[in-house]
Amino acid sequence: MSTTYLATEASNLAVEASGFFLENVWIIPAIMAASFVVILGFGKRMPRGGSEVGIAAVAVCFVLALLTAGQWIGQVNEAAACTPETCDYIVDEHHDAEADADEHHDEEGAFQVDTGVGSSDGESASALTAFTEAEEGSTAAAAKAVVSERTWWSNGGINFTVGTMVDGLTVTLLVVVTLVSLLVHIYSTDYVAGDRRFTHYFGFLSLFTAAMLFFVTSANVLQMIVGWELVGVCSFALIGHWWEEQPNSDAALKAFLTNRVGDIGLLIGMIVLFFASDEKWGIIEINAGAIEGTTSHTLLLIASLCLLAAVMSKSGQFFLHTWLPDAMAGPTPVSALIHAATMVVAGVYLIARLYGVFFHGLSIGGSSINALAVIGAVTTLVGASLAFVQDDIKKVLAYSTISQLGYMTLALGVGAWTAAVFHLTTHALFKACLFLGAGSVSHAVHSFDMKKDMGGMRKFMPTTYKTFLIGSIALAGLPPLAGFWSKDEILAGTGGWGFFEGESHANGAYTIMLVMGMITAAMTAAYMTRVMYLTFFGEFRGGHHDDAHHGDPHESGPRILWPLRILAGLAVVAGLMNLPKGFLGLPSGWTLRFEHYVEPLAATGYFPKISHADPSWSLAIFSTLVVASAVGVAYYYYFVRVNAQSPSATELVNGPTERSRLLKAGHTMLKNRYYLDHIYDGGEPVGAAGANAMGTIFGAAAGLTLGFSLDNGLNQPFWPSVMWGVILGLTIFTIVTAALRTGMGIASVVKQPMANAANWVHENVIDAAVDEVGKNSVKTADALYKYIDQGVIDGSVNAAGRGSQGAGGELRRWSTGKVQQYATVMFAGATLLAGLLIIVI
Amino acid sequence: MYLVQFLILSSVLFCIGVYGVLARRNAVLVLMSIELILNAVNINLIAFGAFNGAAIPAEVFALFIIAVAAAEVGVGLALVLTIYRNSKNIDLHQVDLLKG
Repeated sequence: MSTTYLATEASNLAVEASGFFLENVWIIPAIMAASFVVILGFGKRMPRGGSEVGIAAVAVCFVLALLTAGQWIGQVNEAAACTPETCDYIVDEHHDAEADADEHHDEEGAFQVDTGVGSSDGESASALTAFTEAEEGSTAAAAKAVVSERTWWSNGGINFTVGTMVDGLTVTLLVVVTLVSLLVHIYSTDYVAGDRRFTHYFGFLSLFTAAMLFFVTSANVLQMIVGWELVGVCSFALIGHWWEEQPNSDAALKAFLTNRVGDIGLLIGMIVLFFASDEKWGIIEINAGAIEGTTSHTLLLIASLCLLAAVMSKSGQFFLHTWLPDAMAGPTPVSALIHAATMVVAGVYLIARLYGVFFHGLSIGGSSINALAVIGAVTTLVGASLAFVQDDIKKVLAYSTISQLGYMTLALGVGAWTAAVFHLTTHALFKACLFLGAGSVSHAVHSFDMKKDMGGMRKFMPTTYKTFLIGSIALAGLPPLAGFWSKDEILAGTGGWGFFEGESHANGAYTIMLVMGMITAAMTAAYMTRVMYLTFFGEFRGGHHDDAHHGDPHESGPRILWPLRILAGLAVVAGLMNLPKGFLGLPSGWTLRFEHYVEPLAATGYFPKISHADPSWSLAIFSTLVVASAVGVAYYYYFVRVNAQSPSATELVNGPTERSRLLKAGHTMLKNRYYLDHIYDGGEPVGAAGANAMGTIFGAAAGLTLGFSLDNGLNQPFWPSVMWGVILGLTIFTIVTAALRTGMGIASVVKQPMANAANWVHENVIDAAVDEVGKNSVKTADALYKYIDQGVIDGSVNAAGRGSQGAGGELRRWSTGKVQQYATVMFAGATLLAGLLIIVI
Repeated sequence: MYLVQFLILSSVLFCIGVYGVLARRNAVLVLMSIELILNAVNINLIAFGAFNGAAIPAEVFALFIIAVAAAEVGVGLALVLTIYRNSKNIDLHQVDLLKG
């Protein structure tokens, strides 16, 4: 431990980055915000309803984002190319320019150690290690994030700043968001053409893009909260774009309210972070505090768990993911932009941005299972399994998105930061491609139902079919398309592969995460094969209802097809951005480019020291085989058996779920979305099958988690802990099933348990508390009036009055009006005083 | 000559004055008794001054007191006159307007 730490210290060498676009990145969100205002104000009077303003703005932003990315790459190259001598120069040059002068002192100190000047034996030994490490990684110096801030206001000695922070992660998101947004803008001009709120739609697209760009360029967590809420509002407005239909506005509300649940976590987490990190809002300061260990570990843990709630709602992690499939009620381009490529990754971005907090708060990089990894792994499986039973093509993609977001969270949970961000990027490209493809199909058949209205679409829509196929392969993760590289990096990052082959534990071994990720990969391949079959193969099943005048569906126009082509092309090549180290003997200038430019080095001070998993040929081949066999099985089932057994060309056969009770139960459970919505807001009561199913899920999940926690956390041998896991799982299975079965009578009467419980809590706890407070206030006020006001205060006033009256009555007897009597008293007094005088003196 | 002789004289005068003030009913006589008290004080002052050899001659104070006494009698007699005009009476026992 101590050697590693010293090594980190010794290689603590960072270079200030600068550049016009890096320092003035605020222009990009500002352009989009201006575009929003212009569209809102003048859009309706423009020839194309304001869409031209939006497209122009986002195109400019895309160019600016590319320029920013170019400058950033230049900075990283400059930093990487510098040797200790030249870096010394760079450090000196910026020595007095910036406030963090003492950090530079450290760096210079590190140089002295490097060159062996005036250091003890132990120190120079560790410095040697650091130098070799730096040489091997070809990272002599790290480029620091570019932060430009202005004081917004000060209060109570705390400076609230507003500004931008640009590093590799920001640049990645800038490019991804502006690119997908540009393509979605272009696509939308055709897709929502003639819509009654066309201008409104483009206005909100602009506002959303502005908010998302503002969020990713935030320099402090306060700005992040603002951006976070803004994208939520835009998501709400766009899901409910066609709000005249009840389900759409319900879906918008559900999305918004579910996100509010997480937002509470976000606010609490940020407040905890603020106080934990010595009253700092800046992302860099908070991360640095967490990494240096000056921030309390307990508070970090609390903060990361609170923020995790926010991530679960925003990024659709199990069990707050239920809003995401419903959000498909919005227009399809919106789903592609917001609910696949950008907004839903805000949570992932939040973790990636505050990685120091999560890394140390959740002790990622130890061997124990942490909440982040568990939630990510469970989400991948839940999402992938639910994607199987959806008839709505967009819902398949929505669950697929949940599953893929789970991958990203899982990767962050096991310390594979770059893999997560890389997967975020590739996923944005191929999932946007898939969503836009689905939109193109639905544009032609006026429906999203694959079973009723699609089938055989490849004949009618060849381009959509090809791009969708490319997107599917990328999503399934077959080489050499984008999804393969990023997914494989995540699987390698779990470090669990050492279970089969050698030791490659980078940040601890998460064997269970590897297994779950692998299962998900197989399921992903299978459900995408199902979608391909149902949508593009077989016979066309649509056109049987009243819209006969439409004739056969036809291919969409160029404004829809070109974004598809571009995204499909990128889905093919995006994986090449981050080829594994030593892949096919490529020189280091060709591999790991993404990691090189995006991942901040520990030397910047705001990023934890993570180690990277070694790429493994055997893992890559194994996962490819898993995916290929899943595709094969699904292909055999759908393309051969279902195709042959279907009674007619336009009717699909019912699968084995009709024949096997077990499969039927599983199917029912999946159809009911694991009964989560039943728990939240009602639906049909949970039946016997549901009770069994839920028991199985909770039992299996608890058993697996506990078993592997024992394995990893308590250093138990593997098989005994698995045994304990099985025992625990069975126990919980029994308890849950029994509870649900006995409670079934209640469950069939009591609908909406969660909503009712919330209502009950509201009525009996919150409202009751308020009522009680009110009642008690009245009582207290009564008592106060009676005893304090009337008794004490009024009483004392009355007593004073009565007292003076009595005293007056007594004294008036002395004032007789007889002057000589007064004089007598006076003389008596004088005599008395004179007598006293004599006695005293 | 002894100081005590003057002091005895002045205390006799003082006591007569006090008696007059407290016991006489006629307002004019009361005023005259006050004069007696003041003159007792004057005798005291001059006697002490003569015997102790003060820096400032004691007669200065005596003259002051005589002047003040004159003013006082002026005011007092005016009051008595007013009382008489109002109530045809200068018996102090009858004049009790200050009674509470």
